[in-house]
Amino acid sequence: MTAAREAGTAIETAQSMASLRGETALPLLLLVGNPNVGKTSLFNRLAHRHERVGNYPGVTVERRTAEMALPGGGRALVADVPGTYSLSARSGEEQIALSAVLGWADNPRPDLVIVVVDAGQLVRNLYLVLQLVELRVPLLVALNMVDEAGERAPDPRALGAALGVTCVATNARSGRGLDELSQAVVARLAQARPPRLHVSYPAELLRDADAIADVLPASWRGSVERERALALWALTSLEPDDELVGIPDDLRRRCAEVLERAGQRDVDREIIESRYRALETLMSSVIQAQPGAAAKAPPSLTERIDRVLLHPAYGFAVFLGIMFVVFQSLFAWADPVMSGIEALFGAVHDLAAQHLPVGFLQDLITRGLIDGVGNVVVFLPQICLLFLFIGLLEDSGYMARVAYLMDRALRSVGLHGRAFVPMMSGFACAVPAIMATRTMERRRDRLLTMLVVPLMSCSARLPVYTLIIGALFPPSHVFGVLPVQGLLMVAMYLFSTCIALIAAAVLGRTVVRGASVPLILELPPYRWPGLPSVLHLMWLRARSFLREAGTVILAFTIVMWVLLSYPKLPEPPSAPAPPVAAALAPTASAPSVAAVVPALTDNGARASALEYSFGGRLGKALEPALAPLGFDWKIGVGILGAFAAREVFVSVMGMVYGLGDVGEDDAPLRDRMRAETRLDGQPVYTPLVGLSLMVFFALACQCMSTLAVVRRETRSWRWPVFMFGYMTALAWVTSFVVYQGGRALGF
Amino acid sequence: MLTLDQVIPGSTVVIEKVGGARSFRRRLMELGIIPGIKVEVLRIAPFGDPLELTVRGCNLSIRASQARQVEVESLPTEARVGSSASAAPATGRGSSAPVTAWEPGSPSAVSGLAKSAP
Repeated sequence: MTAAREAGTAIETAQSMASLRGETALPLLLLVGNPNVGKTSLFNRLAHRHERVGNYPGVTVERRTAEMALPGGGRALVADVPGTYSLSARSGEEQIALSAVLGWADNPRPDLVIVVVDAGQLVRNLYLVLQLVELRVPLLVALNMVDEAGERAPDPRALGAALGVTCVATNARSGRGLDELSQAVVARLAQARPPRLHVSYPAELLRDADAIADVLPASWRGSVERERALALWALTSLEPDDELVGIPDDLRRRCAEVLERAGQRDVDREIIESRYRALETLMSSVIQAQPGAAAKAPPSLTERIDRVLLHPAYGFAVFLGIMFVVFQSLFAWADPVMSGIEALFGAVHDLAAQHLPVGFLQDLITRGLIDGVGNVVVFLPQICLLFLFIGLLEDSGYMARVAYLMDRALRSVGLHGRAFVPMMSGFACAVPAIMATRTMERRRDRLLTMLVVPLMSCSARLPVYTLIIGALFPPSHVFGVLPVQGLLMVAMYLFSTCIALIAAAVLGRTVVRGASVPLILELPPYRWPGLPSVLHLMWLRARSFLREAGTVILAFTIVMWVLLSYPKLPEPPSAPAPPVAAALAPTASAPSVAAVVPALTDNGARASALEYSFGGRLGKALEPALAPLGFDWKIGVGILGAFAAREVFVSVMGMVYGLGDVGEDDAPLRDRMRAETRLDGQPVYTPLVGLSLMVFFALACQCMSTLAVVRRETRSWRWPVFMFGYMTALAWVTSFVVYQGGRALGF
Repeated sequence: MLTLDQVIPGSTVVIEKVGGARSFRRRLMELGIIPGIKVEVLRIAPFGDPLELTVRGCNLSIRASQARQVEVESLPTEARVGSSASAAPATGRGSSAPVTAWEPGSPSAVSGLAKSAP
């Protein structure tokens, strides 16, 4: 605890301590381990109450904590650490494990570290255990997946004796061994146990380590063993271009000097080989079955499944099938639930409107709060479905295969193989898709994917395309067979996908630059997904969306309502016309609003009220900027209104033209658009304007919910502001080129 | 000099030297890919990259450009498993169950036989 206090600034440390530990100082247990060893399942088993998801200080990597009950009535705090193969680090994300274990950088110092070990991958897992032993942190080993490992599994007692660390066999899925683990925790908290494992490093290397240990900062000091271990850590981790934080300059200098002096010696190899030699000696004493015997065993179930799933032909077919199901669920299956939610909030809206006195308060509650909450809740079905699928894909081991299959294609534009699922989900809705970028570990990969996902043509653009294509492009055929309207629709999807990929390639080389990290991807054995933990994670995601992005979306909705409703027309006080009530309300509620307040069906009044509002004035003010794209101020108001959600464009346009509530397939709106003329008598909407408008909608960041969720995921306004800026600029320039280019060509 | 990206899928080789950028080779070695260790190249992804390996009973995937930095040596008994070697085992030894469970072209089948034949 003292080191953490010394290391961080007093205030931040105090906050992070208070938030993590609660008011009472419960002992803190850290769960550490390689990826895919069942750490999350174990966490879910141990977590008893007060579970929360936070972020590590300084990095947007999730940190889950919860209270657990200990035998004997005590309690402890369990915290999850992201899976890692080693404590050596290069990036801020990789540094998390070491910082968490040692209580650096505002992390509270743990009272006990529980290393979760996959009994079937013992040597590789023990490498991490060895590093922890060298650092002399209080340790306990949970030997997980013993059943799966079969005869390759070691005897926990023999392993414990060899390591000098208590080992408990567990099965996080079935819950076996958890009582023993809790008892071992209590025993270990009460009494320290000196570890035993010893690595014999070459003498030269030890001299190097001591030279580095001399310049370790005061807060890193400890036993001789720990200082030596930290020196070795610094020697392998520090590089001129690493992204590690909190490393003193003289330590960096000393490491560089030592490396220089080492000359031809391969220091990294000396360290790692010495460790593996020690581990292999240890292995021979704890495992009966010879490793050679396993190599001749018949292919595992995983290997037999992979022969199909990673096959160039069938594997791809299965992949496309699975992705189609995920996509279809977001696009089509979520729809009934979303309509239901919209109808429900529409009904609540109407009910409130009936029972509240007409006036500002009624407007605020119905059009601001109720519609705003509706705008948030309507995303839940897609978020839940997407995270259900992601959970199943991750848990079963297939997600790693997705990355394997898609790496080649996505890498060419600088994206991670795991970006495929978020990118594809972007066709349905950017909000869950941006949340899905969490499956990527590196901040740079996540950020890049997040920035381009909103360019994928989401389902909210569909009504806009439908309206414009239906109104401005008569149904005819190219070459007598291909329908123009259908072709245009397909073209818009292709266009948005291409632009998203190009944007990824460009942004990845400029704004979110970062060395393309070599891919080292583990393909874990296939396992049955544990449904409870998948559902649990889905719930956590939904909850954090509601809490954090939801509040921002709600605030945006209220701002949009004010913009498009105020100031009110001074005249008819009896009918305080709510110009875009229907526009901002979830769509299903729109007709009922009109039905409740019959006075509002005076569509002409609505149109002028809208013109009179801030939004209308802003639309007019924006006209000079929009004119080069072929848009008049009325389209400008539509674009502004669409910021609430793209499909709102349709109903705002209906109101601008005094048509009341309309849908994208309504003939009156189409006819009105075709008939609309400029001052000189030329039609406003030519096919070229339509194309320009569709391009604008495809590229502009017309979605406050997307910006809210990006803010939530990046924990800053910087990236949503950048995203809005670059997408709007891209949309403007591209529409400009389309419109002016088209005119120059004589269209 | 043979590098890991040149290994025919299905064959097993021994790591000689791990090269490449420092952080990458450190990661690979920390995963247990150190000189002297046997690695089987399982397959190559549909677009020709990345490739999948088995090391110490664990399946890993790395890109061909990185595999090019890893020098390997063929196992003496299984050098260059060609079509002639793979045709033999499937016909002859039906008795050894684990061997026939493999695909005929698999080098493990060959190595299993190579050791039991003399």
